[in-house]
Amino acid sequence: MDVISTDIVIIGAGGAGLRAAIEVAEQAPGLEVALLSKVYPMRSHTVAAEGGAAGVIKSGDSFDLHFDDTISGSDWLADQDAVDAFVRAAPEELIRLEHWGCPWSREADGSVAVRAFGGMKTKRTWYAADKSGFHLLHTLFQTSLKYPRIRRFDEYYSTDLLVEDGRCTGVVAIELRSGRLVAFQAKAVILATGGAGRVYPFTTNGAIKTGDGMAMAYRAGVPLKDMEFVQYHPTGLPGTGILITEGSRGEGGLLRNRDGYRYLQDYGLGPPDPWPRNKAMELGPRDRLSQAFWHEQKKGRTVPTPFGDAVLLDLRHLGEQKIDERLPMVRELAKTYIGVDPVHEPIPVRPVVHYTMGGIDTDINAATPLPGLFAAGECACVSINGANRLGSNSLAETLVFGARAARSAIAAVAQSPAIDSRAVLAQAEAAEARVRALFLSQGEESAPVLRRALGEVMEQDVGIYREAESLARACDILVSLRERYTRVRLDDRSNVFNTDLVQVLELGAMLDVAQAMAESAQQRTESRGSHQRLDYPARDDAAFLVHSLATYAGPGGTRPAIGQKPVTITRSPPGERVYGGGGS
Amino acid sequence: MSETLTLRVLRYDPDRDAEPYLQDYVVPYREEWVVLDALSYIKEELDPTLAYRGSCHMALCGSCGMMIDRQPKLACHTFLRDYVGRPLLIEPLDHFPIERDLIVDQDGFLEKLASLYPYLIAEHERTVSEGEYRQLPAQLAAFRPFAQCINCLLCYAACPQVAINPDFAGPAALALAHRYNKDSRDAGELARAEVTDSPHGVWDCTFVGACSEVCPKQVDPAAAIQQTKISASFRWLKARLLPGDKP
Repeated sequence: MDVISTDIVIIGAGGAGLRAAIEVAEQAPGLEVALLSKVYPMRSHTVAAEGGAAGVIKSGDSFDLHFDDTISGSDWLADQDAVDAFVRAAPEELIRLEHWGCPWSREADGSVAVRAFGGMKTKRTWYAADKSGFHLLHTLFQTSLKYPRIRRFDEYYSTDLLVEDGRCTGVVAIELRSGRLVAFQAKAVILATGGAGRVYPFTTNGAIKTGDGMAMAYRAGVPLKDMEFVQYHPTGLPGTGILITEGSRGEGGLLRNRDGYRYLQDYGLGPPDPWPRNKAMELGPRDRLSQAFWHEQKKGRTVPTPFGDAVLLDLRHLGEQKIDERLPMVRELAKTYIGVDPVHEPIPVRPVVHYTMGGIDTDINAATPLPGLFAAGECACVSINGANRLGSNSLAETLVFGARAARSAIAAVAQSPAIDSRAVLAQAEAAEARVRALFLSQGEESAPVLRRALGEVMEQDVGIYREAESLARACDILVSLRERYTRVRLDDRSNVFNTDLVQVLELGAMLDVAQAMAESAQQRTESRGSHQRLDYPARDDAAFLVHSLATYAGPGGTRPAIGQKPVTITRSPPGERVYGGGGS
Repeated sequence: MSETLTLRVLRYDPDRDAEPYLQDYVVPYREEWVVLDALSYIKEELDPTLAYRGSCHMALCGSCGMMIDRQPKLACHTFLRDYVGRPLLIEPLDHFPIERDLIVDQDGFLEKLASLYPYLIAEHERTVSEGEYRQLPAQLAAFRPFAQCINCLLCYAACPQVAINPDFAGPAALALAHRYNKDSRDAGELARAEVTDSPHGVWDCTFVGACSEVCPKQVDPAAAIQQTKISASFRWLKARLLPGDKP
C-alpha cells in the first residue's frame, strides 16, 4: 500500500477544513497539508447554508450580548469559556473572509449589512443574500488555491484513523477513482467532516452528510459528546426537506397556521407585533419553533399537504423587490420544487432535521482527548451550541474553530514524536483488509433496507419529542441493525468509483452515530433545548447540567457507555430562557 | 399519464467494459421527482452498481451535472414530468473523460481555474484591524452575477470550443476570473491577463453563447468573456502604443 507522509492531514474540505488548511498555509508555510475530501471541495454541504454568519460588528452590539444570546439559546449547556472565545473571534474571521473576497451584502454606505436572526437580541448576522454558505465556501476554496503547500486529495473516502501508542498518526482513505487504499501518515490530523443529519430520512442535509468523521473518531476511542441534541429547523419544504432560510423570518416573514393565526403567540413567544421583534415570535430560537409546530399539529391546526402537515410561511407583505434582493434563492426554490411563488402565496413549511449540536468531544482549542487529533465544525462538539444552536452561529463556528484547530495542529507538529512507519503500514493494511473483506463476503443484508429501517426508527422514536418507551425501542432496534450490518452485502465489486462501497461504509458510520444519539437521549431524563422528553418535561440542572459522553463499546460490544463531563460555567449561572415580550 | 418512465442510462466501467453502452431502467413516474430522485431509486431498488454524483438536491453543490435528453442539466433541477412518453436518455457530461457511468473527471477544470488566480489580489494587503473594505451596493452588483457560479460544468458540456480545443480555459473559469476583475477590492487583472489574454483564454471563444443558455445560475459566462475581450484589446493596444509601459 502507498504511504503518503505529510505534516498535517485535514479530512473534509468544507468551511472548517478549508479554513484550517489556509491557516496552516499562512501561519506555518513550511508545513505540508494533505486536504482529503470525499467530494470536490465545492460540493461540501457548507454550500447549502443560506441565512448568514453571526459576528458582532455594528455599534450598539457587544460581545456580551452575543455571549448571552448564545448561552440562553444553548439552554446553558454551552461551555462559557468557549463561547467567549467564539464571539470575540467571529468578527475578525468574518472580516478576513471579506478581505478574501466574500461578496457580503452591503448597506448603502458600503459597510457590511447585517440581518436579524432567531434568538439574537440585535441584528448581527452577516449575509450574502440568501447564499451565505455558498459564497463562504467558494471564497475559501478559491483562496486555498493560492497555496501550493495545500495538496488536495479530492474524492478520497477516509475509512479509519491510525492510532499508535495513544497518538493519532494518520488516516487510511480510498481513492475513489481507482479503488486503491492509501495511508496518510501525519504528525497531526484535523477532522472537519460535517454533521450526520442523514441518519434521519427527512433532513435539509445533502446525501454526503453521513457522520463519517464522527464515527471514525468514535471507533478510535474518542467520545461523542451531547449526541442527543439534534436540531430541527422549523422551515423546510415538505417532501424534499429543502431549507427555507431563517433569514426569511429575519427579513419579516410570518408563520401562520391553517386559520391564518400566528400561533407562536400561544407558546410563550408573543406578543404578535406586526413588525419583527428580536427574540420573539418568528425570531424565537429553532427548538421552540419546531416544538410549537408539534403542538399545533396535535391540535389539528396545521395544513395537510401530500408530504405531511405544514404551517405557512408568509412573505407576501415583504413585496417582490425585497424578496428578490434579499431572498432570491428562497423564491426560486419554492417556485421550482413546490410550485409556490412566495410573492403571491405563503410557502408551506415543516420542521426538518438540520444540525447535530453534538459531535466529537473537543476542548476550546479544538483538541480531542486523543493526542494528535483535532476536530472543528459540525463534526465537533466544543461545545458552543449546547442543547440548541442559534442560527448563523455555525458558519462563524467553522471559521473560528477551523482556524483554532489549525493553530493547535501546528503546535502539535512541533511536539510530535517520531512515527513508526512500519506500525502505520501494518494498521493501514488491517484497515484495507476490512474493506477487502466486503468484496469477498456473500452478505445477505441489503444496505438500502437497513438504511430505511434506520431512518424510520430515528424519525419515529428519536424525534422532536421523546419518551422512555420509544427510546428503549429505538436503542434495541439499533443494536439489531448494527448486528445485521455485520452481514451487509456489497453488490458492486468494481474498483472504479464504487459508490455502492461508499454507501455501505457510510451506513456503518450512520448506525454508530445514530446509536450514540439514541443511547445518549435515553439516559438524559430531563428536557433541555432540542432534547424534549414527554416523560421528563422539566430541565433538571441538579442532575443534567452536564455534557453526555458516548464511548464506543469496541467491535464486540453492543452499546456505548454513556458518561458525563462538566459544563464550564464562568459568569452566567443557569437561568430561565425568556423569549417573546420579556426577552427582547 | 403513464405510471412508469424508462431511463436509458449510459453505463461504462473501464475495468470491465470495452465500450460504453446504454441500459434501460423502468422507474415509477412521480410528478414531484427530479432525475436525481429517479437515479436514487435505481440505485436502491434496481441496480446498486450504477455510479453517479449528487448531494444537495437544491441546485447549489453542482455535483449532479449530466446530459439529460442530450442537454447539459442538473439532475436535481430537472423534473421527470417534462419528459413523459418516451425513454429519457441520461449520459455523462459531454467533453469530459468518463470515469465511470455518469461520473466524469473534473480535475482539468480545477487546474484551469487555479491558473487564473481565482482569488482576491489586493493592491495593499489590509489587516483585520483596518476593518472591512467599503463596497457600495452598485460595486457589489457589478460582479455579483459572475460570483454565482457553482462549478457544475454544464457550460463546458455545451461549449463547442471546449469540444475541439481541450486547452481552452472555458466559460466557468473565465467567468470567475472576470468576477474578481470586476470586484472593486481587487487589483489582480494583469496577473489574470497571463491566461485570459493568452491563446487559450478569451480569444478561443467564438461567441456562440451556449454556455449562458445552459447555466442554471444565470451567470452569463459569454458576457464575461466578451467584456474580458474588450479589456484584453485595450491592454494589447496600450502595449503597442506605449512600448515603455509594462503590458
